[in-house]
Amino acid sequence: MSEAAGGGATSKKFLYVNRKAPYGTIYALESLEVVLIGAAFEQDVSLAFIDDGVFQLSKGQSTDAIGVKNFSPTYRALGDYEVTKLYVEKESLDERGLTLDDLMDVTYEDEDDDYEEKPSIRVVSRSELADIMAGQDVILSF
Amino acid sequence: MAYSVNGATVEHDEEGYITDLSSWTKELADVIATEEKIDMNEEHWEIVNFLRDYYDEYQIAPAVRVLIKAIKKKWGKERGNNEYMYELFPYGPAKQACKIAGLPKPTGCV
Repeated sequence: MSEAAGGGATSKKFLYVNRKAPYGTIYALESLEVVLIGAAFEQDVSLAFIDDGVFQLSKGQSTDAIGVKNFSPTYRALGDYEVTKLYVEKESLDERGLTLDDLMDVTYEDEDDDYEEKPSIRVVSRSELADIMAGQDVILSF
Repeated sequence: MAYSVNGATVEHDEEGYITDLSSWTKELADVIATEEKIDMNEEHWEIVNFLRDYYDEYQIAPAVRVLIKAIKKKWGKERGNNEYMYELFPYGPAKQACKIAGLPKPTGCV
């Protein structure tokens, strides 16, 4: 990390893998907080959502009945932190009867393209995700 | 530990951040600002209001870097820079402005 802090000479590829439903355990929220904190270190950060982790991005979450904070709007802030790659595994969506339409709109502004808003969520197949994982320097699983 | 506003008390933690975010009022913001030795003018309020809107929308207090970038986009680079923000909030824009705005300490801020 010290080299990266020196001027970004080496930036590592970090992938945060999210496998669990958003509420009921602390994993989803902890992962999101680590991502936000880690974003300050200017690494190449991406997120993967597989298994029940795909529910973290589902639209219209309401936590009133369980008395915990609904942190789902925070995923939409990731673009501000330059986290712009949210890979969602297609098989996990299919197994749960979900499609891209069931997920929140998460976008980022592309500074290199006149600040055009672009979608951050990318639905990928299991085998594509395997390739993405193979290309990482660090993988953290939550 | 609590602030006193018009005879009412508002609890805060050991660093001065209020514990019940819904208890925030403009009067409370003035009380916190006074404790922080900040004389609130219109520009301070614009930042505080901006932070409250950001929190409403995303449920987090933004990191300083993110805040400055957003301010720059909204009001231009005369205001969206470190010097300007530290002039307004000498002990740190995220820390002091968030405290006055009644938000939690920014994530990742130690």
